[in-house]
Amino acid sequence: MKSKLILGFGLITVLSTAAVAQVTSQRLLNAGQEPQNWLMYSGDYAGRRFSALQEIKVGNTEKLVPKWAYQTMAGGKFETTPLVVDGIMYGTGQDDRAFALDARTGRPIWQYQRALPQDIRPCCGRVNRGLAIFGDKLFMGTLDSHVMALDTKTGNVIWDVAAVDYTKGYSFTLAPLVIKNLVLVGVSGGEYGIRGFIDAYDANTGARKWRFYTVPAPGEPGSESWEGESWKIGGSPAWITGTYDVETNTTFWTTGNPSPSNRGEGRAGDNLYSNSLLAIDPDTGKLKWYFQFTQHDEHDYDATQVPVMVDRSAVAGQKDVDGRKLILQANRNGFFYVIDRTNGKLIRAESYAKVSWTKEKDANGRPVPAKEGSPTPEGNRVCPGAAGATNWMSPTYDPQTKLFYVTAREQCDVFSTAPQPYQAGHAYYGSAYFPNDDAAPFYGALRAIDPDTGKIKWEWKHPSPTWSGVLSTAGGVVFTGDAEGNFIALDAASGKALWHFQCGASVYSSPMTYAVDGKQYVAVAAGTALFTFGLP
Amino acid sequence: MRIYALRRCIAILALSLILGVSASRVGAQGKNPYAGDAKVAKLGEFEFRANCAFCHGLGAHGGGRGPDLTRTPKKHGDSDAEIFNTINNGVPGTAMPPNGATQQGVGMTEEEIWQVVTYIRSVEKKPGKMSGDAKHGRELFYGSDGCATCHMFDGKGGRLGPDLTSAGTSRSTEYLVESMRDPSRRLAQGISEAMKEFSAEYETVDVVTNDGTNYKGTLLNEDSFTIQFLDTREQVHSFDKASLKSWNKSRQSLMPVYDEKALPEKDLQDLLAFLVTGAAGGAK
Repeated sequence: MKSKLILGFGLITVLSTAAVAQVTSQRLLNAGQEPQNWLMYSGDYAGRRFSALQEIKVGNTEKLVPKWAYQTMAGGKFETTPLVVDGIMYGTGQDDRAFALDARTGRPIWQYQRALPQDIRPCCGRVNRGLAIFGDKLFMGTLDSHVMALDTKTGNVIWDVAAVDYTKGYSFTLAPLVIKNLVLVGVSGGEYGIRGFIDAYDANTGARKWRFYTVPAPGEPGSESWEGESWKIGGSPAWITGTYDVETNTTFWTTGNPSPSNRGEGRAGDNLYSNSLLAIDPDTGKLKWYFQFTQHDEHDYDATQVPVMVDRSAVAGQKDVDGRKLILQANRNGFFYVIDRTNGKLIRAESYAKVSWTKEKDANGRPVPAKEGSPTPEGNRVCPGAAGATNWMSPTYDPQTKLFYVTAREQCDVFSTAPQPYQAGHAYYGSAYFPNDDAAPFYGALRAIDPDTGKIKWEWKHPSPTWSGVLSTAGGVVFTGDAEGNFIALDAASGKALWHFQCGASVYSSPMTYAVDGKQYVAVAAGTALFTFGLP
Repeated sequence: MRIYALRRCIAILALSLILGVSASRVGAQGKNPYAGDAKVAKLGEFEFRANCAFCHGLGAHGGGRGPDLTRTPKKHGDSDAEIFNTINNGVPGTAMPPNGATQQGVGMTEEEIWQVVTYIRSVEKKPGKMSGDAKHGRELFYGSDGCATCHMFDGKGGRLGPDLTSAGTSRSTEYLVESMRDPSRRLAQGISEAMKEFSAEYETVDVVTNDGTNYKGTLLNEDSFTIQFLDTREQVHSFDKASLKSWNKSRQSLMPVYDEKALPEKDLQDLLAFLVTGAAGGAK
């Protein structure tokens, strides 16, 4: 179903550019150099969610006002990070809606909603986190496991391919990533005993160019890490958008829990490549190296947090990272990892939230799961809880403060076993978990981590655990949301709150920023609405 | 990953109302094909843990959120078919969601619901007669024990604590006893916002305004910047936290501890009888 609105539109000269592909590979590679636009999910290929815009800065942020809101009128979690290209905003909504808006006014230009089958298997909400753009096409993964291309100007469907059988528990919720002429997507479904994969499709035709299974088959490297036939239903979904290093032509993806998510019995071994960072050749889909964060996971510690690329100068002043090309990741398992992205070697792992699932590190510096952390019939209290020390919400790296900002969740859970047989398309958890009963209330915090030391430079405490991501800007302001519905601007250097706005519903999205006609806007999805703010 | 999985009791009613999600709920009812089968009850126990225990507790003994299901008869129908329906369709107006309406895929199959019914039957206790005197419990509630100073029952009473009209049937006896003997151990839940993971709780608020006025009360709601509470004179307040001289929130309940001395065991049983049978429509 799609409704079209054809508007006279003064901001762009549609006719004169119609024949020219709008977004080229070169523009995507240099996304950071056109900060008025937001060309991909994390803003740039490095996954930093940082913008060079600085009209909104420390000193005037307290003057921010709402500029417009766009209502999807759809319930459930609204997780999109919209794109903005040359004055037009492109976003997605619940139940696989997509829309194009005048980024200056919020007026819709076209709207699309997929006719989803009744029996889709979303894990955790009928959500979608956004689109990718290339040429004149937008790319979307759907809850019924299709990948599709929509026309940027009309929302017309250009191609639509089924990736896999959704009735087995597969779905797409992430924003795709375009590299060269390929559209990369990773699948969701770690709750259903799927076999995870990352796919690449030809942007023009939708033809699948490669598939990398995140669970190796017998005979393939890593297959020895699975017991018996367990690899067939080993989970390891890849449900958050990756990053891309053009210098080494490597795309970095992260994977989620092995299945069943909270029960290790029956899948003895490390269960590769669950909960891992994967370095993949985007042309071929071949794995270059991997780094596994949590082996043989029994607590649902998906590693699906955006792997942020950061380059350290030769004189960074910290010997172990000077001159090195890094991946930074604050992991759901409670550790902040610094990894050499040229070879996958761990440099450091320090906890940034309360951790009890591990008590020691192995010879390679990796946390070793504690035996007493395993779920039991009576229940075992473990920190972080099942939702993790953080989750899919984006962190940000600010090259000015050189700090890494992440939404931390301080919450422990009681994990209890609940074995169940595998049944295709049926939830396959293997255990249950409950908030533990101790008197200490759970809370959330925006934490600014110094990557050189792993130390927390400041924190902004939220009253309860939150699902909002973080945006940093050259104006020295970071933006985040909270479960109480506030959208908040803070001083990136000190963590002092500068401004806030009550959106009326918990924020389950990662904010972004853009500019039209030289005026900067900040946007965030909350409840059923997408809100934008700017200076008066 | 499950990010909402068992948080379902909290905001799920509101969610499912907003969404109008029916998912693919199963249809058939009738006779439990597994009645009395111990093996099936075991399977049902696992399903129960994964789907029900978040609110109804491990072992179905109930908790702060859901009623004790070892108790009989069940409030919303006590035949196997009725329990099946309660699980499958939820209970409108309560936090009990319909099967499959939790944005968690397609819900339990018909077979699994029967397994859960079989499990619940296997842990039920013979209907224990309330030993207490409900009539006397009512007198205590509205009289000397002072419960009604802060709690309402059937529209009569105070506002500082939770309304207890349905507490007797929606909470386990153990929970009710704990709430009287040790009220700070688990605070009652307050407002649940549609998309918010955690409900507010009956925390104690102590505020000093800039002009030196001191207010004590129970929390209604709060965010990073503002706080809303009911003071001990039942006045609603809202303040910007930054405008206050001081504010403090505590998990020490305003409710006094009703220990053996303040509330002898017999009186406690009388109060329980009032809450349970009064809630079921008696002791008026």
